[in-house]
Amino acid sequence: MSEHEYVPKSKAAKWFNDRLPLLTLGAHLTDYPTPKNLNYWWTFGGILTFCLITQIVTGIVLAMHYVAHADLAFASVEHIMRDVNYGWLIRYIHSNGASMFFLAVYIHIFRSLFYGSYKSPREVIWIIGLMIYLLMMAAAFMGYVLPWGQMSFWGATVITNLFSAIPLVGDSITTWLWGAYSVDNPTLNRFFSLHYLIPFLILGLVVLHIWALHVPGNNNPVGIDIKKPSKDTVPFHPYITIKDAFALLVFMIIFAGFVFFTPNVLGHSDNYIPANPLVTPAHIVPEWYLLPFYAILRSVPDKLGGVILMFSAIFILFVLPWLDTSKVRSAVFRPIYRQFFWILVIDVLMLGYVGAMPAEGIYLVLARVGTIYYFLHFIVVMPVVGYLEKTDPIPMSISEPVLSGGAEPSLARKVNDKV
Amino acid sequence: MIKSNLKLFVLSFLLLISLRPLQSAEMVDPIKVDWSFKGLTGTFDRASLQRGFQVYKEVCASCHSMQYLSYRNLGEPGGPEFSEQEVKAIAASFEIEDGPDSQGEMFTRPGKPSDKFKSPYPNVQAATAANGGAYPPDMSVLVKARKGGANYIYSVLVGYEDPPSGVTLDEGVYYNKYMAGNKIKMPNNLIDGLVEYADGTESTVDQMAKDVTTFLAWAAEPELEERHKTGVKVIIYLVLLTILVYLSMKKIWSRIDSEV
Repeated sequence: MSEHEYVPKSKAAKWFNDRLPLLTLGAHLTDYPTPKNLNYWWTFGGILTFCLITQIVTGIVLAMHYVAHADLAFASVEHIMRDVNYGWLIRYIHSNGASMFFLAVYIHIFRSLFYGSYKSPREVIWIIGLMIYLLMMAAAFMGYVLPWGQMSFWGATVITNLFSAIPLVGDSITTWLWGAYSVDNPTLNRFFSLHYLIPFLILGLVVLHIWALHVPGNNNPVGIDIKKPSKDTVPFHPYITIKDAFALLVFMIIFAGFVFFTPNVLGHSDNYIPANPLVTPAHIVPEWYLLPFYAILRSVPDKLGGVILMFSAIFILFVLPWLDTSKVRSAVFRPIYRQFFWILVIDVLMLGYVGAMPAEGIYLVLARVGTIYYFLHFIVVMPVVGYLEKTDPIPMSISEPVLSGGAEPSLARKVNDKV
Repeated sequence: MIKSNLKLFVLSFLLLISLRPLQSAEMVDPIKVDWSFKGLTGTFDRASLQRGFQVYKEVCASCHSMQYLSYRNLGEPGGPEFSEQEVKAIAASFEIEDGPDSQGEMFTRPGKPSDKFKSPYPNVQAATAANGGAYPPDMSVLVKARKGGANYIYSVLVGYEDPPSGVTLDEGVYYNKYMAGNKIKMPNNLIDGLVEYADGTESTVDQMAKDVTTFLAWAAEPELEERHKTGVKVIIYLVLLTILVYLSMKKIWSRIDSEV
């Protein structure tokens, strides 16, 4: 928490603050010393908070009009689109908001990967973040089921069927998840219930995420520990708030572009066909943000193997802080790791692309190559490169290289000398 | 470096989006029509919507339902914008089943603007049985439910051909260049001069196909005009606000010796 002791000005405020130190918390959040060299990749935390609040607010309004019943859900969505005042706007914000949320979270995660924000002493922030990401995927998947279109129904069928791959109890678990012997009305009902619950779990985790962040303070592009407060830091308000606001507005322009001018481009046209258990769509594809994992799932010929590999692809990230052996956080000073970082970015994008394609021919080959690299990156590249890499000199502080116009050798120490 | 990173991300994201339409390429690309409702400020051609409604009513509606629309929608802004009297007359021309009355009996009465479009069949099974085993899909959101949207619908309507040699068709199956698998159970219903347009426009197949597709595009997205109009305002507002916040940010950060 803040270094200085906050003393409220008025007597009443002091009385309240002694009993519940909300004003102290407010003062801490305002003064919170933040590295002054944070670039725009650091603005996505604020953007993600905005996305979560937007989804919750629009979602609550949608839930006032939506009917979670297999016979009525599709019609109730059309009712929202046609008869509810600005229903189309609320729904399009909500559906595109999910995509925007994932766009922002992927940038946020890759920023962390590039600048080593997951490393000591920020492992707990990273792990809470991954839990948020997992819940986001669950919420998004269940939300996509709610309109009860063809892709809703068949997506739910494919994903819930994954659990049947578990030996011995798989079928029982799947039936238990469905609440029926196939994806049906009970499934829709519980998905709606959970879809409403999860965002509030996420909100709770976001509070913990920020709390955990405020213990060590922000990482920064240089990736070095800094003294707080010092000439390397600025108070969160107004410096970071205004910068976050600017970045958020730019983000909102892109968001609005999707909502108002191509609201359905990120969805699948089949989801405007009411769910029909008797007709299977030609290609069942999840939403774009789940495609890399879908590609990993389908790259394995064995169902159980695919499921294990897909879940491993996420859970491997939980041990990332211990797989990375480098003493240097920021990839700015890691010439070898930096190359591998961009290979990983391209690998994940490629997996996303082949995830949208039929699992055959060249796409299957690409999916397998992509999957193998994905795991190699974390299991082999990160530990090995961390040991072998000769890192660039890192500056002593944020201010010094800035003041002297660049990272001069006199101010720097060779980290690899110490390793 | 940061700039090139940003470029990479934006490009990759755009690539990801633009590649999605490649998912299945088994049919001929639909004809690209320069619809008036395309683009950032696109609006519907009012006369075309009214003609399209006429085609729908006289041709499509005998098999296809449009259950999510109400007659009142026909008079609402951004749609065909029939006058109140016209909407009432259109609604009243349909016999709607209502009830039960106080005796527990169902009865029919003339339609009201608040009624949903009357469906030609009582249920999906009846529609399927009456159409050789192929359910004529509900047309309320058809344009959104087909890849290629309005272009695809228009293309199918004008895409009937004699089957190429070697292709044999079962009874009640027709050859269509743009349909997935090229086989369609809907016969070619449009022939030149089929409907007599109230505004005197010549009812060629192409004209009718365009008009009815425009009508279906509106039916699927009745909010389109308002969405476009609001969108332009929202973006202008956001851009102005962004500029103001950017200048404020520059001013605030000028207090310290660091770049923002």
